Amino acid sequence: MREIVEKKVLSENDRLAAELRQRYREQHIFCVNLISSPGSGKTALLERTLASYTQARSVAVLTGDIQTDNDARRLSGYGFPVRQIVTGGTCHLDARMVDRHLTEMGFRGPGLLLVENVGNLVCPSSYDLGEAAKIVLLSVTEGEDKPLKYPGIFHRASLMILTKTDLLPYVEFNPDLALENARKVHPEIEYIALSSRTGEGFDQWLHWLNALQHKFQQAAAAINS
Amino acid sequence: MHEIGIASSILECVAAEAQRHPGTQVLAVGVRIGELSSVDKDALDFAFECITHDTEWEHLKLQVEWCPRRQKCGACAHEFSVPDLDFTCPKCGSNHSTCIGGTELDIAYLELEEPCAKS
Repeated sequence: MREIVEKKVLSENDRLAAELRQRYREQHIFCVNLISSPGSGKTALLERTLASYTQARSVAVLTGDIQTDNDARRLSGYGFPVRQIVTGGTCHLDARMVDRHLTEMGFRGPGLLLVENVGNLVCPSSYDLGEAAKIVLLSVTEGEDKPLKYPGIFHRASLMILTKTDLLPYVEFNPDLALENARKVHPEIEYIALSSRTGEGFDQWLHWLNALQHKFQQAAAAINS
Repeated sequence: MHEIGIASSILECVAAEAQRHPGTQVLAVGVRIGELSSVDKDALDFAFECITHDTEWEHLKLQVEWCPRRQKCGACAHEFSVPDLDFTCPKCGSNHSTCIGGTELDIAYLELEEPCAKS
């Protein structure tokens, strides 16, 4: 006898993510979720991003790792609230972790919430964190075919950031091919190439983030009014 | 890598649904896994076997339906699959389409033991 269920496997996470999304909208918190393989430069990107902001700006960071609080220590020197989420073995952040740590951190909007996921191109893509956008990073020391190998995250990400472009003279990496592959999986994905070390391309990233935050907050204001 | 978590979520759902049918054995659970779901079918099978081993769910079968990516043409509404990542509509040649399938991560059904007449 067959009983039809028709439920999302991750319905509990989806429910919590929907609550987070509503909280973000009500408190005008613009949240982005940074996803990449380990060592692609998520923390370096955040360091330079925070360094570019004045203290008057409302920004908070949640950074996920399986072990250690190294990233939170790296990021805490810029004057903004930073909290490490140690997952203790779990290979991704889920909505429950973000909810708990955001509450404990006491960050209230309006402002920008930068979430650095656990380094992993697979699992984080399945878990909605209520974010306004997923951002996938790919470094030039990886392969151009990563979007084809990990289509799930490249399909879901609004923006692909090619990192470590200062290393391009030393590695065999074709940025055009990487972008072509990403757009095979997700034709509308946006693209920025940058170096967190030299700052090349960084203005474009900051501009992208500001523009999306502005758009998000206008939409939130319209819904809340 | 996260298939243990996915398998646990499936089992939690089965346990919750099973409570609505006391005394009836759940024989199988049917799930749909999409090409873009970032879930590997073999790893999920293995994870499911591991977490049900030596438990009351030892005999529960996991039936996976694999769902390839599908697109819907923005110009002529034709629906097509994209095995080679070619997004050109095979009917009208348009390059504008939206993804309508392949992200599934759903529990579709349970197979329950047929209730037998009790004396």
